[in-house]
Amino acid sequence: MQLSTRHLLGIKDLTPGDISTILSTASQFKEVLQRPIKKVPSLRDVTIINLFFENSTRTRISFELAEKRLSADVINFTASSSSVAKGETLLDTVNNILSMKVDMVVMRHSASGAPHFLAQHIPAAIVNAGDGINEHPTQALLDAFSITEKTGKLKGTKVAIIGDIMHSRVAQSNIYLLKKMGAEVTVCGPPTLIPKYISRALNVEVSYDLKETLEWCDVANVLRIQLERQNQVLFSSLREYSLAYGINRRMLDNLQKDIVIMHPGPINRGVELDSDVADSKQSIILQQVENGVAVRMAVLFLLSGGRNPSDN
Amino acid sequence: MKSILSSRQLAITIRRLAHQILENHIDLEHTVLIGIQPRGIFLSDKIVSEVKKLLPRKRIQYGKLDITFYRDDIRKELHKANHTDITFPIENKNVILIDDVLYTGRTIRAAMDALLDFGRPAKVELCVLIDRRLSRQFPIQPDYVGKAIDSIVSQKVKVEWKKAEVVLY
Repeated sequence: MQLSTRHLLGIKDLTPGDISTILSTASQFKEVLQRPIKKVPSLRDVTIINLFFENSTRTRISFELAEKRLSADVINFTASSSSVAKGETLLDTVNNILSMKVDMVVMRHSASGAPHFLAQHIPAAIVNAGDGINEHPTQALLDAFSITEKTGKLKGTKVAIIGDIMHSRVAQSNIYLLKKMGAEVTVCGPPTLIPKYISRALNVEVSYDLKETLEWCDVANVLRIQLERQNQVLFSSLREYSLAYGINRRMLDNLQKDIVIMHPGPINRGVELDSDVADSKQSIILQQVENGVAVRMAVLFLLSGGRNPSDN
Repeated sequence: MKSILSSRQLAITIRRLAHQILENHIDLEHTVLIGIQPRGIFLSDKIVSEVKKLLPRKRIQYGKLDITFYRDDIRKELHKANHTDITFPIENKNVILIDDVLYTGRTIRAAMDALLDFGRPAKVELCVLIDRRLSRQFPIQPDYVGKAIDSIVSQKVKVEWKKAEVVLY
């Protein structure tokens, strides 16, 4: 049993079989996390570096916990306090770190494709923890795991992805994954935040009407407005956005069914989600975070094993 | 291909193993049974149902243990992880590990490591259907044996649960 790829650069490169393997392994790791000793020795001979060139709370802590619960040795690197500030290139930085015998790299970078570039130049296995506006594969995997846990299956499940689709790597990875696993996907948001040819390119439905989308879906994955990536005015104010695309309690109460509310975090309360929705019973936002550790353990475990280290 | 246990012998052997376990642990008061995933479960399910016939009023503590994350060969080959299901404490209990074939002893070594993550048992015993003697790579011996056989490395022992027989080929 083995994944078809040596790195996890994006969901785009995975087969449906890979995705099933990761999700089923993750559910076994979730059981490990309920034990009195929440730790297994699988990666005790592996050293992992977390290279974060961009800010992160959840993903970095989640990866670090996953690594420690697999007994790996962990080094953390944040760009702001490193020699990157002195002008060292990405490849030089990584090669210097690898010469100290590091086996795996977990990387987040603001440039799309940075981990793909690295994968062509270094022998270590690379896990993409988010690259620019391209992909965030472990988030999509943990979203899929959480959906399966809640609704029992991915195939045929109706998932709406709502908000800033244009700048969201979470949206892109989620769409790849859900389509590969046979779910139905609709993206919803203001026209300025939805790429023009997305329905043809990624085979998803597009809706500009929030109410209609909520009535259609079983699961609503709500995204944050990524102001830091928007270098032009795409809507007039956060308040206007919130009036048209913010989800509140009354909207959910008017639906004929209970839909599942998800959010990859961090939440801008009162913008895309009202507090009483984010904290409601329908919301599985904190379960998503909990599942994140198990899913990342599965990814690291599956990428580390089955290959002789001397093959690298 | 050679038959080691026919389906009649297999049924009698399983019944004997259940009796032997109860001989040493009269009413399973401080004893729990744990099958090793994946193939040990076929045997442990059958032993547990035999034990239940002998102790009809007793609630038997029976769990399943997966050892994938504890194997010593994961850099060479990955195996599919199965579900671990131990819902009771094993602290100070007698634990009887159950597997189908004991060969190199590496699986049992991993199982003991995994078991200790759930607590500190008073005693751990091992019950196997087939003991392939003379092929051990660790100092591990079974306490309850269905049948001990002598075999060489190139041979394989297979428990065919559907046909209910054990064959050597």
